[in-house]
Amino acid sequence: MSDDPILSVDDVQVSFPVGGLASRSAILGVAGVSFQVRPGETFALVGESGSGKTTLARAINGLQEISAGSITFEGGRIDRLGKREMKPIRKRMSMMFQDPVGSLSPRMTVGDLVTEPYRIHGSDGRDLRAETERLLSLVGLPANFASRYPHQLSGGQARRVGVARAIALDPALVIADEPTAGLDVSVQGEVLNLLNDLRERLGLAMVIITHNLHVVHHVADRTAVMYLGRFVEKGETEAMFSAPCHPYTAALLSANPEPDPDKVHDRITLPAEVPSLLSRPSGCEFHTRCPWAQETCKTVPPPPGDVTCHFPLAPGARPPELESAR
Amino acid sequence: MTTLSVSGLNVWFSTEDGPLHALKDVTFDIPERRIVGIVGESGCGKSTLINAILGLLADNGEIRNGEILFEGQSDLTKLTRREMQDLRGPRISTVFQDPMGALNPVLSVGEQMINIQYRSGQSKAEKAARAIEMLKLVRIPDADSALNRYPHQFSGGMKQRIAIAMSLMMEPALLIADEPTTALDATLEVATIELLQDLQEQIGCSVMFISHHLGVIAELCQDVVVMYAGEVVERGTVRDVFHDPRHPYTRRLLECDPARQTERTRVLPTIPGEIPDLRHRPEGCVFAPRCLERHPGCDMAQSERMVAPGHAARCNLVDQSAAEGESA
Repeated sequence: MSDDPILSVDDVQVSFPVGGLASRSAILGVAGVSFQVRPGETFALVGESGSGKTTLARAINGLQEISAGSITFEGGRIDRLGKREMKPIRKRMSMMFQDPVGSLSPRMTVGDLVTEPYRIHGSDGRDLRAETERLLSLVGLPANFASRYPHQLSGGQARRVGVARAIALDPALVIADEPTAGLDVSVQGEVLNLLNDLRERLGLAMVIITHNLHVVHHVADRTAVMYLGRFVEKGETEAMFSAPCHPYTAALLSANPEPDPDKVHDRITLPAEVPSLLSRPSGCEFHTRCPWAQETCKTVPPPPGDVTCHFPLAPGARPPELESAR
Repeated sequence: MTTLSVSGLNVWFSTEDGPLHALKDVTFDIPERRIVGIVGESGCGKSTLINAILGLLADNGEIRNGEILFEGQSDLTKLTRREMQDLRGPRISTVFQDPMGALNPVLSVGEQMINIQYRSGQSKAEKAARAIEMLKLVRIPDADSALNRYPHQFSGGMKQRIAIAMSLMMEPALLIADEPTTALDATLEVATIELLQDLQEQIGCSVMFISHHLGVIAELCQDVVVMYAGEVVERGTVRDVFHDPRHPYTRRLLECDPARQTERTRVLPTIPGEIPDLRHRPEGCVFAPRCLERHPGCDMAQSERMVAPGHAARCNLVDQSAAEGESA
């Protein structure tokens, strides 16, 4: 594993205009985030819906224009590239989209679907039939699946086809948007094992977007937690799970229902109302929902860093109201 | 009293490739004022079961035998269309997975909430007051003005709470919740579970809660029914089934949940193989082709065995361990 990052995202912002043509106002879907991914590493983006995870992934892949910051991939800036210049980059960086069945054209066979990347980027003299077999066996599907159509596949099988398409061109980086959403637990494990296995065998770097924290725990080397388009905490997955520093991370972790009816939940409950991006809260943007919020948090934005919080939590901290109830 | 008692329910679909046995001998009870979880993976027949209860099976579906006894009196499989219509809504109501799809995007929330009270015979002002009361109950802030807003003006979690408010407005005896938290984030999921728990206590209804999320079932439900390939493979109290699973499928399912792995692992457990083609059900145990504990006894059809009072599993290993227990 080399130490040079394969992907470097620096202070990236994505803004969306709102309020019609004449209006000048805009909301920041991604409000300045930075992270790096090294070869062979898995980086996870976690957050609630609307936190900007998917927008960030689309920005990295050039599907969404960024309004500030820079994105460097394999040593070159890729954030201001045109469609044509972006095409060779897409051979090196592939994307797995959220909906496993919806991302496959219903009118193409599995064989056509997994070799479609070659038709777009050129096959370099590869034998497409042999490639189909190679890719299907790589993702653990029988060769006779090549003649099936997407509606004949189960969710897990469709996901495998999506993985095959993503790795067809030997990319260096795979961005997987909710790779396990909508899959059953038994199949979820299969897909994650497959991704892990390919990562090891092919030396892939991966960016995984998910809101399932249990999944993150098992697959990601490093994790960033997003809230309103910013990272509130970023770091080694293992350390973050054992001792979350940001109250929001702690709340997310405590909200994870576990299959044990006798488990006593020391739950950190958050008010359900997520602030609108149109009127971001002042100071620390999490203060409207934070059980630990103090006066400072309402006015002064937290200092930048891996944990953007005025008062990072001590390990095992409990919210003030639970503490006093004891 | 038992709110819903399903016994020996068999549902068949006629398909181009022959008859498909979608539900086989499904038996379970939903006692009064209890929350019963139905858990199983895609294709296990959860949706068919809901549709059979609600009388909404597709035209090619047919209940061959079995009964669905509601409140100890009416067998839902024998009711006329009209009688069924009178039950759906006031007595049995449903919350679906997708809150956006459950609400009409072009009508204000208030209009929809007033419309569905068409049977109550009250004035419009009374219906509006009732709607506001329900919105307050599900903790929608500023409930009075919420009536004039449209579904797109609410977040996903709030839409789901509005859907829950609507389903409980007529104070039904049975609420069927079909994966109501699957589309929500972790923090909202927990909030919705707690809300459902509160409301169930206040209204005193029974809940049939369908989910594939074992953690949610463990937290919310008192009883659980585990389904596989259209059969009930295990049922009992949540505590019995989760602490002492007796069917190999239940055990494997619990092992697969990444939340059960406290140690970080790179290789997650899975259940290799697929659900059998329900047009050609295996003669013996339906889980046998994927079962690690398979033995010759599994080639025969399996009946349900009682493990303990209120805890049953459709597996012959239950007999063996009972025999071992006696000889020991």
